[in-house]
Amino acid sequence: MTAALQVEKLKRSFGALPVTRDVDLTLERGARCALIGPNGAGKTTLVNLITGALKPQSGRVLLNGEDITASSQAERARRGLARTFQINQLFRGLTVLENLCMTVGERDGDCNNLWRAAGSKRGVIDEAIGYLESLRLTDDALKLVRELPYGRQRLVEIAIALAQKPRVLLLDEPAAGVPSSESHLILDVVAALDPDIAVLIIEHDMDVVFRFAKEITVLVQGAVFTQGTPAEIMNNEQVRAVYLGQEGHRGGHHG
Amino acid sequence: MAASKTTGAPARERAANYLAKRHRFRLAEALPWLIAIAVFFIFPTRMTFGSQVLVMVMFALSLDLILGYAGIVTLGHAAFFGVGAYTVGLAAARLEWTEPISGLFAAAIAAGLVGFITGWFLLRYRGLTLLMLTLATAILLQETGNLRSDISGGYDGLPGLTFKPLLGMFDYDLYGHTYYLYVLAVLAVVFYLVRRIVYSPFGQALTGIRENVRRMHAIGSPVHRRLVTVYTIAAAIAGVAGALFTQTNAYVTLTVFDFDNSAKVMVMLILGGTGRLYGAFVGAAIYMVLEDYFSKLSPTFWQFGIGLMLVLAVLFAPRGILGVFERFGNYLSERKRS
Amino acid sequence: MPQFANIAVSILFDGLAYAMFLFITSVGLSVTMGLMGFVNLAHGAFAMAGGYIVVTLTRSYGVGFVPSLVFAAVLVGAVSVVFERFLYRRLYKSTDLEQVLLTIGLAFMAIATATYLYGPIPKSVPLPDWLQGDVNLGFRYFPSYRAFLIVLGAVLVSVLWYAFERTNIGAKIRAAVDNRRMAESVGINVDRLFTLTFGVGSGLAALGGGLAIQLLGLSPSFAVLYLVLFLIVVAVGGLGSLKGTLLAALVLGIFDTGGKYLLADAGGFFVYAVTVVVLLIKPAGFYGRE
Repeated sequence: MTAALQVEKLKRSFGALPVTRDVDLTLERGARCALIGPNGAGKTTLVNLITGALKPQSGRVLLNGEDITASSQAERARRGLARTFQINQLFRGLTVLENLCMTVGERDGDCNNLWRAAGSKRGVIDEAIGYLESLRLTDDALKLVRELPYGRQRLVEIAIALAQKPRVLLLDEPAAGVPSSESHLILDVVAALDPDIAVLIIEHDMDVVFRFAKEITVLVQGAVFTQGTPAEIMNNEQVRAVYLGQEGHRGGHHG
Repeated sequence: MAASKTTGAPARERAANYLAKRHRFRLAEALPWLIAIAVFFIFPTRMTFGSQVLVMVMFALSLDLILGYAGIVTLGHAAFFGVGAYTVGLAAARLEWTEPISGLFAAAIAAGLVGFITGWFLLRYRGLTLLMLTLATAILLQETGNLRSDISGGYDGLPGLTFKPLLGMFDYDLYGHTYYLYVLAVLAVVFYLVRRIVYSPFGQALTGIRENVRRMHAIGSPVHRRLVTVYTIAAAIAGVAGALFTQTNAYVTLTVFDFDNSAKVMVMLILGGTGRLYGAFVGAAIYMVLEDYFSKLSPTFWQFGIGLMLVLAVLFAPRGILGVFERFGNYLSERKRS
Repeated sequence: MPQFANIAVSILFDGLAYAMFLFITSVGLSVTMGLMGFVNLAHGAFAMAGGYIVVTLTRSYGVGFVPSLVFAAVLVGAVSVVFERFLYRRLYKSTDLEQVLLTIGLAFMAIATATYLYGPIPKSVPLPDWLQGDVNLGFRYFPSYRAFLIVLGAVLVSVLWYAFERTNIGAKIRAAVDNRRMAESVGINVDRLFTLTFGVGSGLAALGGGLAIQLLGLSPSFAVLYLVLFLIVVAVGGLGSLKGTLLAALVLGIFDTGGKYLLADAGGFFVYAVTVVVLLIKPAGFYGRE
């Protein structure tokens, strides 16, 4: 069966500094994979390479078997690759509902329409509200994003990614910056994701990782250190030494 | 606008209805048009000046699409105004083509074409690079005209242009009455088009690009295509404004391409407030009226005044006059609630 | 000398002098924009102010030309620091557009003030004997003033290069231009660095303005007319780069002079054409960072 996402020998350097070294990664349909590693390991860089925000110097990225290495970020998104950013990238001056309607509109090609009023297609609005309801954001629908507390903004970030109806979802530290009193909201959403979507999550919080992941990839200095099931990783001496020894406590960390 | 605290169906309905009804015409929107018509009756001797104001409103409106809605800062918008102005001017002076309305269409197409080509190349850049490229484009067009000043009339321009009567019936009268109504009618049509675009899903995408272009790429928006589209449309409208300029003045010179012109329209828009459709009306009208009054008094004081106005605006009213009104309106509704 | 070679030499010589003027006036703008990302469109007004100070000192107070240049540079540099501390500082986090508008507003105010004080007619300045006439360089005579400009430019380039590449402060500036956040985390006080570079840059602009009087003529519109040129030099050279500003000044200066020599009125074309070509190929300029 074709993997949902396949990364082959991805290589990238910034000047003389290699930041991604021959990375191989495979996500099957419905995967629940966690990407962990010390600070500066290149996790976000890898996500940027996968989504096309950054171009690799060599290597391939395949989405459902199709080679998308030469495709732009937008093209990849249209083919079903969605991501959340470590620091929220939202339309802060617009309302939550508008954020979602825009995403749905772009996905459907609605935004190519210069003539019809944006509000007149009820289907778009209803679908957008649907996403808000599933994340319990309905009350905030007409609030400007910048007026929301950070934790709820983070939920909007995830809502946007879901509204893209992705087949592969990359979550970059979804609970980062969220006060611990609210982080359960995020984690509940992550736990309830559609089982058909292949999900890769970058996380520092080991409790979250072990609860959510069916497989774990450890990234150190831009290269894949080891891969395996949570049990294997937990019992891996080297991983403990390199990484688990440093971070093991709760709370949202910025990467 | 805040939603109330109730959950469930009422909140859902409220949210949906707000978005569904946003594009409907509000009563207050009739105001600028009523004022424009009132001016026709109250100041019959200032009709030529009135036409100029309306032309600048249209020019500022076209800039609002790029600057206010898409968030792209350029320094060469006068290029399109100039292309439109010269399309009509050259057609009249060199090709004996003096029918006004077809002239508008020709100007729109010419300016739109220039906008499409330059936009396709230049909108890949931002910041200082884009500022310089757009500035250089406008100057290059000006210099091209200067190169063949035998055709373009150079900086002395093409004087004494005459135009056929509108629709074969209405001729240009000494006080410019017919032309004022003509420009007002064209402005109304253009405004209607711009308004539809702004409230369309495309318009929504433009604000998305303005608010967070990174996010737009990530959700699959063809950003470059959207920008080139709006740039072309804005160029075409600026071209129509330029064409009307030539028709109402019966005269055009290369100074229409001046950086001064690009800067002036930007100041007008900022003054009125960007991204608000009517900011163009407020800003252009107030600027033109003040300029007319003060520059006759003392051009030096006018320049100083504009400079001071800009400095104060940036420091205290960055969202323009309409922004001030909006803040005041919010303040009043806050007080009503408490 | 054969006619063709004569023209070529004239173009190179005059172009070099013009390039020196462009460099001296623009280098401050390049470094401050590269360092703080602050778009200062009042830079041309600083140059204009320097020019008018020189005019006043030499014509109303009988001060020598060269001492006036020095005084103008120091005075404008000092005043610019006051501007930076009390006004510009508030806008470092603002959008490009707001910075553009504020500084254009200041430029307009400056132009209006200059018009009020000096009138719109271009002013000239009395030059000392040794700067008038021609100087014999062996194979040809060259205008002394332009030769002076070239020599002065070369000296300033060397001094600035030395300061940039060989001193501690220069290293700090380069580091901060390269990566401000990293520089700050290493303990470099970027704010103070910026004030210093801003003051020096504005002082140099004033010097350039004083030098321009004889070369290009000085009127209040100088502030905006030549601003476009300074911005082009900065954009084409690359923000924050000394090398880039010099290269851009040379290329643009010589092309512009050559164009005007060979095609008279239409020659203004070349500067903008070169700008478009360079920026399309290297949007960050010759030595700019992406």
